[in-house]
Amino acid sequence: MNIVPLIRSRPRGKVHVRTVTLSHGGGGKAMKDLIDDVFVDAFDNAALAPLEDQARFDLAEFAAYGDRLAFTTDSFVVDPLFFPGGDIGKLAICGTINDLAVGGAKPLYLSCAAIVEEGMTIDMLRQIAGSMARTAKTAGVEIVTGDTKVVQRGACDKLFLTTTGIGVIREGLVLGADLARPGDVVLVNGFLGDHGAAILCARGDMALETPIESDCAPLHSLIESVLAAAPGIRFLRDPTRGGVATVLNEIAEASQVAIEIDEAATPLREEVKAFCEILGLDPLYLANEGKIVVIVPPEQAPAALAAMRAHPLGALAAVIGRVHVGEPGRVIMSTVFGGRRIVDMLVGEQLPRIC
Amino acid sequence: MCLGIPGRIVRIDDAATMLATVDISGVRRQVNIACIVDEEHPVSSCVGDWVLVHVGFAMSRIDEAEAVETLRILTELGEARAELEAIHLSAAHLGGHPA
Amino acid sequence: MKYLDEFRDSAKARILVTEIEALVATMDVPHGRPLHIMEVCGGHTHSIFRFGIEGMLPKQIELVHGPGCPVCVLPMGRVDDGVNIAERPEVIFATFGDAMRVPGSRKSLIQAKADGADVRMVYSPLDALAIARKNPAREVVFFGLGFETTMPSTALTILQAESEQVANFSVFCNHITIVPTIKAILDSPDLELDGFLGPGHVSMVIGTAPYEFIANFYRKPMVVAGFEPLDILQSIWMVLKQIKEGRTDVENQYARVVPDKGNAAALSAVSRVYELRQFFEWRGLGSIDHSGVKLRDEYKQFDAERKFSIPNIKIADPKSCQCGEVLKGMIKPWQCKVFGSACTPEMPLGALMVSSEGACAAYYQYGGIKQHVAAE
Repeated sequence: MNIVPLIRSRPRGKVHVRTVTLSHGGGGKAMKDLIDDVFVDAFDNAALAPLEDQARFDLAEFAAYGDRLAFTTDSFVVDPLFFPGGDIGKLAICGTINDLAVGGAKPLYLSCAAIVEEGMTIDMLRQIAGSMARTAKTAGVEIVTGDTKVVQRGACDKLFLTTTGIGVIREGLVLGADLARPGDVVLVNGFLGDHGAAILCARGDMALETPIESDCAPLHSLIESVLAAAPGIRFLRDPTRGGVATVLNEIAEASQVAIEIDEAATPLREEVKAFCEILGLDPLYLANEGKIVVIVPPEQAPAALAAMRAHPLGALAAVIGRVHVGEPGRVIMSTVFGGRRIVDMLVGEQLPRIC
Repeated sequence: MCLGIPGRIVRIDDAATMLATVDISGVRRQVNIACIVDEEHPVSSCVGDWVLVHVGFAMSRIDEAEAVETLRILTELGEARAELEAIHLSAAHLGGHPA
Repeated sequence: MKYLDEFRDSAKARILVTEIEALVATMDVPHGRPLHIMEVCGGHTHSIFRFGIEGMLPKQIELVHGPGCPVCVLPMGRVDDGVNIAERPEVIFATFGDAMRVPGSRKSLIQAKADGADVRMVYSPLDALAIARKNPAREVVFFGLGFETTMPSTALTILQAESEQVANFSVFCNHITIVPTIKAILDSPDLELDGFLGPGHVSMVIGTAPYEFIANFYRKPMVVAGFEPLDILQSIWMVLKQIKEGRTDVENQYARVVPDKGNAAALSAVSRVYELRQFFEWRGLGSIDHSGVKLRDEYKQFDAERKFSIPNIKIADPKSCQCGEVLKGMIKPWQCKVFGSACTPEMPLGALMVSSEGACAAYYQYGGIKQHVAAE
């Protein structure tokens, strides 16, 4: 990678107190120590090292990967910060990588902005930064710039993260929510609703004990292999907030088509199914952080499915439905029982019910 | 209020306050079993019982025999109907009409 | 999942649909007047929509969605009282998720929470009691809602609080009884119902005897039904058989869960803790005698209505609200003048649009699938 080499070597700061205080956000030495100790130490890479106000790159580097830049941002405010299967840091890296990858982009660089609540423990911050670093490293992306702010107690909920990512899309690859056509096949790469269920469970309000873990994972290598196997893929999206039902409705609306899914074909972990039955929740609306919905022309569906199943993040990939001519924007499900019902956009948030 | 779900009692947590842990396909929750405990079914004997769970209470012991019977009625109905149709089909056939 | 999946089997569904179609074909159902079968319970309404049951039935059967949704019938004034209690700084207000979005005259509980009230969602009244133990300096109030199904759980929780001498726990009691509800429906002159699907989980507590009056006096078939789709279809088939055979009986389709005698321990806790109110206000249905319960004097320290003085104002339903007519099954949700326009899930005028088992919410969310399928 060609960057202007300006690596000054200087001793890295360290924080010796247990918790974050407002002085850590003051811009002075305390803040430098916090950034060094927590973030620079964890992220450690050449592009970050100069610690200029911006990371700088040779344009030629990007042009080598394709002809369009992809650029995305996302904020992460999940509560609790740590949950089975991950934490806010891992989520922040995967979420932004995935937003790039579903557009067909190769994710390259991320930024990380942290808003920390006064009183947050430094150790927890180090853990989260470490998690971000490990996730980024496994995914082959670098965190090259960032920002840290400290706000007073109550002004934010422990930690808010915003990550922004850039990637490059190779020439000729065009994906769009408005490209679905009657006859296209709808695929997903595995169990639905794990993340949403894991978070709800971790919050503890319902006093339920489950082994459910978040499916949080970077999906770009899965996406790369499925795009290679089925270059005619129309569209990919990760069904985060609002779940698969929301994504399908968005596609049906954008493409002005109808989509029908088969409830019996939707992959659902037994524990997530039980969790939903107990609380009266519909798993189609639960968030996923390691899943993609794929719309593929029918003749390429077998190849796409095979490619997903051959990948560790797609072992349980399945066909869940089809696009067809019908009321435009309409998503219908044929239920396990044999009847059919509409799967509409959710109004507001799903709340557990007893009735 | 209707959302009740079948679960299996796996452990008695506190006999005095009638609390037990129920397992519903791998999801566990503590429930109060006062409604399913009586002279024939003391607290300790409830482990392994299938119960209807509603808002944190085991409200009824599920009767396996009744469950089997309910489904058997339906299977029988299906078999009877199939037989009836077979009779009609063969009668039509014997009558020389295309089935 | 045991005792669940077997009762969602599509092959058995087809068997029942065939039987229902065959039976109905022998019954001479006039063209403009299908058979009206009412499912009393909101949980049945939800199941019917979730599994697409209406679309599986022949057109000679019309399912009428009844008022057995305790959230749907909660009057605005009572929601206001709940919000009033929740807004007190010392109070932690614990409620089932179902009640969070029901509109009061000023705001709903979820809006009160956004405005700073400590409103917490719980799955069980036991969890509310646990919150009280963990927060001795605060007053924990549990919003007790529901028919006889949830009366025992609230009562047993109060008895537990009493035995532990928990001083900071009380219940805002809005429990209602099912029989007056059904009677109000049967007495309604505009309704022509041919049979009932009875509330399976209420019956798990009260047994099947309380419904005898429906069969004997009002001469309508009544089948106590489970909540899985096979239970609902089988119960419909049993109602049809009664109509065909000219019988009016109370039958128990849900025998695997419902004991004919009900649950002694549950009934004992209920009679210990509660007594009937003289009358109780129902959204859309007006005041019904002996339809609600309140805590007995012996348990007054657990009665939020006595611990906190609440305004207790009767708020009339909004003029445009036709909840009452929908609740009684007189009109279908889409026939309500404000359905989908002034009344939507985001801005509900009435509780039927808010509750996940309210007929209006169900139609809004799941659409008129029967009509839709017919059009294709």
